[in-house]
Amino acid sequence: MNLMSSKKERIDSLAASVAEVEVAEAGTVKDTGGESLIAGAWRRLRRNPIFLIGLTLTALFVLLAIISPWLAPWDPAAQPLIDKVERQSNPVPGPEPGHPLGGDNRGRDLLSRVLIGSQQTLVVGVVATLIGLSGGLVLGTVAGAFGGWADALVMRVVDVMLSIPGLLLAFSLAALAARPSQWTVIIAIAIVQIPIFARLLRGSMLAQRHSDHVLAARALGVRPSLIVMRHMLPNSMGPVIVQSTLVVATSIIDAAALSFLGLGNPDDRRPEWGQMLGASQQYLNEHPHLAFWPAGCIIVVALGFTLMGESLREALDPKTRR
Amino acid sequence: MSEPLLSVRDLKVTFTRQGAEPFHAVDGVSFDVRPGQTVGLVGESGCGKSVTSLAIMGLLPRRGNSVSGQVMFEGTDLLGLSDKQMRERRGRDLGMIFQDPLSSLNPVVSIGVQVAEVVQRHRQVSKSVAMEEARAMLDKVGIPDPRRRLREYPHQLSGGMRQRALIAMALACRPRLLIADEPTTALDVTIQAQILALLKDLVSESDTALVMITHDLGVVAGMCDDVNVLYGGRLVERNMRHDLFAAPAHPYTNGLLGSIPRLDSARGEPLDPIPGSVSDNLPWAESCAFAPRCPSAAPDCLASSPELVPHGGGGTDGEGALRCFHPVVPAEVAR
Ligand SMILES: Nc1ncnc2c1ncn2[C@@H]1O[C@H](COP(=O)(O)OP(=O)(O)OP(=O)(O)O)[C@@H](O)[C@H]1O
Ligand code: SF4
Ligand SMILES: [Mg+2]
Repeated sequence: MNLMSSKKERIDSLAASVAEVEVAEAGTVKDTGGESLIAGAWRRLRRNPIFLIGLTLTALFVLLAIISPWLAPWDPAAQPLIDKVERQSNPVPGPEPGHPLGGDNRGRDLLSRVLIGSQQTLVVGVVATLIGLSGGLVLGTVAGAFGGWADALVMRVVDVMLSIPGLLLAFSLAALAARPSQWTVIIAIAIVQIPIFARLLRGSMLAQRHSDHVLAARALGVRPSLIVMRHMLPNSMGPVIVQSTLVVATSIIDAAALSFLGLGNPDDRRPEWGQMLGASQQYLNEHPHLAFWPAGCIIVVALGFTLMGESLREALDPKTRR
Repeated sequence: MSEPLLSVRDLKVTFTRQGAEPFHAVDGVSFDVRPGQTVGLVGESGCGKSVTSLAIMGLLPRRGNSVSGQVMFEGTDLLGLSDKQMRERRGRDLGMIFQDPLSSLNPVVSIGVQVAEVVQRHRQVSKSVAMEEARAMLDKVGIPDPRRRLREYPHQLSGGMRQRALIAMALACRPRLLIADEPTTALDVTIQAQILALLKDLVSESDTALVMITHDLGVVAGMCDDVNVLYGGRLVERNMRHDLFAAPAHPYTNGLLGSIPRLDSARGEPLDPIPGSVSDNLPWAESCAFAPRCPSAAPDCLASSPELVPHGGGGTDGEGALRCFHPVVPAEVAR
């Protein structure tokens, strides 16, 4: 219960931050053009080392995902070391010339798999976030725009979902899948994020509904549909964007957790870090390096997204602005 | 005398909050606005000016309040219209501009789109025609280089420019009535004068009627034909501007006049503000709400509620009115 209310409070305070920005910027009497919210946030971010570290890590990760096919010496599905696995008593070949990190338990080049793994990891993180975001956008817009019973209904469902710990919900959803695949992992993770996005968006839409510029638009007879789509929704997106950055990190970690519990994608021809970590568990004692590389990558990438998201949130939050 | 364009009769707005006494923010206000006329609605903060204008525009929150009375606009009672019918009229027949120009503009949409939006809403024109119309409107409200400004965003404009853009939006479809709710309060003094002059020009040129809402009698002095003074949600005095300034009859009006800075007052000489605040108000139902702050208060002011009665020859058609037992006599007029 406590967990749930703290989760909701966090979402709501993030949603409220945008409304406060407008109040903070109102009441200016100087007759000069001001600075946009984005420009102001960027000015603060540019000098924030935490943000710069997060941005760098994230950018390197995305770059790696793009260029890894050229970097990787081997095809991640090829088994150049398979003889060694079969001949030796040692099931995991160690480093040797041409294979700086050695091979995995099926004789595949570990370095290539770690490098190429960035691609699927990026896909899982981003696609799960996008699906969660879209679902949340639809529900949050319905709730925030119509109010009344539509709002009550949506928020009831959202609150029930939020009351279940996220990872537990993802496990249950993934376990429901008849044939686990990359998609079942992505969807299980995404669904968990929908209520968070929905609640966040609804909160900032409600704040927008009572804003001066929405009142001014209504005073001009602007149609309700246009008020929602042009005047309320775009101005409610700030906290949602911040949350998206954080959700990419959570999704990547959740995917690893699912794989570790055997609920991940069984097809390992195209590697994914979470899946590699999951597959390493039976060799953990003798060959911890199999877990070390994918786990290390996941931690660094998740850290990058989290640092970036948290400093974005700070930059957009009026309470921390000077 | 021409027929009124807008005729507000016995308008009451009551806020009902759970666990709180119903609050009569507007308590039986009546006034007329004739075509092309400028009418002032004056009073201190909290006297119900904004609530009155929102009630006329049909913009009060849907829940938590009840509205009664009549708002006749060209023979139709606006309070009886559906949401949809009211939406058709807002922006086309009635326009409104607000106090804070920055927060009244959508920060993420360009000025051009925001002005064109109104034109497209009420006239069946293409996007490019609406945009051209928007450019012409920006030009008309005195925004230099309007073609460039169309593409700019609210934060790129100065405060005065933003208010000009909002005026352009409100007047884009040539409404016959414009309500301006403290349009200059958030602006610098020099810009205030420019905006007031612009409004004055625009309404007289297009023969638009203007309801000017302000707490500043100085604004009224330069613009209004008729002035309605509100106190605690009720009308306390109405008169033609000239008569009101020459011979304020209500002690509250007299107090407001005494608190305007004057050119001939000695530097540093304290203004003469009305003592106390609206929180001292008595209920109108059984007394004069202004009594605790009124220099002329007498025992009868606490015992019964003064009615609004015809007064003087004022008002454009002799409809001057006053709600006071002991009007100010000329010798006491604040100077
Ligand atoms: N939505 C609302 N719910 C409850 N009370 C309200 C609401 N809106 C306004 N009021 C109350 O109605 C009264 C009149 O408010 P209004 O905004 O009309 O004052 P005003 O004359 O415009 O003052 P100001 O000069 O500060 O704008 C105030 O006491 C205010 O507290
Ligand atoms: S009725 Fe009495 S208290 Fe009220 S304004 Fe007149 S003199 Fe003052
Ligand atoms: Mg007001």
